[in-house]
Amino acid sequence: MSELIDKALKRPNLAVEIAGIKLRNPVMPASGTFGYGEEYAPFLDLEKIGAIVTKGLSLKPKAGNPTPRIAETTSGMLNAIGLQNVGIDAFVQHKMPFLRTVNTPVIANFFGNTLEEYGEVAKRLNDIPEIAAVELNISCPNVKQGGIVFGTDPKAASEVVTLVRKYLQKPLIVKLTPNVTDITVVARAVEEAGADAIACINTLTGMSVDIHTRKPRIANCTGGLSGPAIRPVAVRMVHQVVQTVSVPVIGIGGIVTPMDALEFLIVGARAIQVGTANFVDPTAMLTIIDGIEQFCIDEGIDDIHQLIGSLKF
Amino acid sequence: MLMRHSLIRESKQIMKNYRTKIISNQEISPGYFRMKVLAPGFGENAHPGQFVMFRVQRSLPPLLRRPFGIFRTGFLPADCDGLPPVEFVEIVYKVVGSGTSIMAELHQGDRVELLGPLGNGFDCTSRQGEKILVGGGIGLVPLYMLAGELIENGCSVRLLMGGRSRDDIFAVTEFERLGVETYISTDDGTLGEEGLVTQVLERKLQKYPAAEVYSCGPMAMLNAVHNICLEHNTPLQVSLEESMACGVGACLGCVVKGAGHTEEKPSYLCSCKVGPVFKSQYLDWSALAQNNSDCGGCA
Ligand SMILES: Cc1cc2nc3c(=O)[nH]c(=O)nc-3n(C[C@H](O)[C@H](O)[C@H](O)COP(=O)(O)OP(=O)(O)OC[C@H]3O[C@@H](n4cnc5c(N)ncnc54)[C@H](O)[C@@H]3O)c2cc1C
Ligand SMILES: Cc1cc2nc3c(=O)[nH]c(=O)nc-3n(C[C@H](O)[C@H](O)[C@H](O)COP(=O)(O)O)c2cc1C
Ligand code: FES
Repeated sequence: MSELIDKALKRPNLAVEIAGIKLRNPVMPASGTFGYGEEYAPFLDLEKIGAIVTKGLSLKPKAGNPTPRIAETTSGMLNAIGLQNVGIDAFVQHKMPFLRTVNTPVIANFFGNTLEEYGEVAKRLNDIPEIAAVELNISCPNVKQGGIVFGTDPKAASEVVTLVRKYLQKPLIVKLTPNVTDITVVARAVEEAGADAIACINTLTGMSVDIHTRKPRIANCTGGLSGPAIRPVAVRMVHQVVQTVSVPVIGIGGIVTPMDALEFLIVGARAIQVGTANFVDPTAMLTIIDGIEQFCIDEGIDDIHQLIGSLKF
Repeated sequence: MLMRHSLIRESKQIMKNYRTKIISNQEISPGYFRMKVLAPGFGENAHPGQFVMFRVQRSLPPLLRRPFGIFRTGFLPADCDGLPPVEFVEIVYKVVGSGTSIMAELHQGDRVELLGPLGNGFDCTSRQGEKILVGGGIGLVPLYMLAGELIENGCSVRLLMGGRSRDDIFAVTEFERLGVETYISTDDGTLGEEGLVTQVLERKLQKYPAAEVYSCGPMAMLNAVHNICLEHNTPLQVSLEESMACGVGACLGCVVKGAGHTEEKPSYLCSCKVGPVFKSQYLDWSALAQNNSDCGGCA
């Protein structure tokens, strides 16, 4: 009897490893929805989440797109921020000092305008010791050179990953766009080029019109759709990528509740990222972590790896 | 980014996510509601001009939280001896779409969430002098706490209240109880003077040329107020209402163009973090006016 109680009380192991970095649990924010970490520090303990993922960084500061940049749609939102960011120098000077005080791995998301720039940023990030891993964005739909050209063409994707790999000793996560006919082709290409892990998905290109003004609701005309509306598409794509590659996959897209996160884990995501849900509830990630743990307890699972990829056909 | 430090005043920012309950939710004028929400400890951190991100209901949709200005904070009198008084934050909102329609149906005891106090409010450190507050419709909301603080500081405060009709004018007696002199104008003349609030502002500035102006309301009104103040060389602070997703500076969806913005040297200011209140000289008014003509006529 007491053994049963013991077992019931024992907390399941939620720790996972992605590309050589150890995460206390598989839950982290999605790039661009969590600032540089500091913005959300008043609302949740950053040492409870698996990792911190920064806003996409570039070599030079980037001003971003004209406004309006966001619009809510049914169970989702469109955004065309245009990768506004402080640039790598200001990041090191103003954002890293705070991140250094937090005992949680930092994953730096980045992008370039040209192939050379991707290489240059990779070199710079490689020199920052406190950065645990980098996430290469070849998938932003909102800027002309924001990576999507690299992300939709398997040859270009392979080229940029090969180049970045040359400059980078740190673990390399490559983030893929869903705006392709077959995501597995690009996934295979970046794995072969040296990606240590794959994150998917970025936003789906969408559009919404104000019927009174008959103008697009965001200035950029089209924007990236995120939030619960995209989740079934994301689950399907994560499933396909998991079936295709052997490197770990990080599942992203419309995760709001613990149940949503579990879907991704069951299809085989080693970790998950929470994006738009942070805006809805700044403590969403904590609720998701607690919910995953409770689910494991309820299901008699003592290690999360028993859950990952446990999809039954 | 460089301007940020000079724009944000030093203030202790203690923001919290309150998982809380509605104390009351009443229609005060057709389409306008006042909602009191239980929020212990909120008041001591809240400055005039700050706002909250309000989660309309636990279930989705609507997905995103909605931003609302803080009307006031305070304590309900304890209803029986020995119980401490309960602290509340009060918002005033106008029903304009899906989120505010759901809010209008909420009752005492319903669970809601609010994040706040957020943003950079009015600079009201000034200890004396003439202050003119210009509020259009729902733009009156952040001016109540501001008026209270300015009066406490020893300033003399005049409030110009504008609206399309009498329905858009609220809380007149409450403002007056603070010691504010109020002037009402409506487009259709159903209350106060017939015409635009900016006409009244012109007159007041002739009479009080040394006054400082604070304003919140529809963009067209703010733009007119800005032009008048520019002409009179009058310092002006405005509170903007940009669409927001996060309210805490993380998504960069709420930016406005700063003064001197060009294609080559862009300047975007985060309106939830640097704002929602800006000194008018820091803004690119031609861009703001342009965006206004794009808008479906929100008030
Ligand atoms: C800092 C700040 C303070 C605010 N304070 C108040 C307040 O005290 N009281 C109040 O009633 N409203 C206030 N607003 C506006 C309020 O946030 C919107 O009216 C609300 O989000 C509309 O939600 P909805 O779901 O009902 O409308 P939606 O269905 O989202 O939209 C319906 C209509 O409202 C317009 N709208 C949507 N968002 C905004 C916005 N942010 N500003 C102006 N128009 C908008 C849309 O263009 C559309 O025409 C404030 C906004 C900001 C940014
Ligand atoms: C406002 C906003 C900004 C984003 N910025 C970035 C970015 O800078 N880099 C990036 O790789 N992805 C960015 N994304 C995409 C998210 O990281 C994520 O892939 C996507 O939103 C889907 O997840 P979600 O449905 O949980 O939001 C952004 C998304 C949003 C909503
Ligand atoms: S609303 Fe997200 S940055 Fe201002």
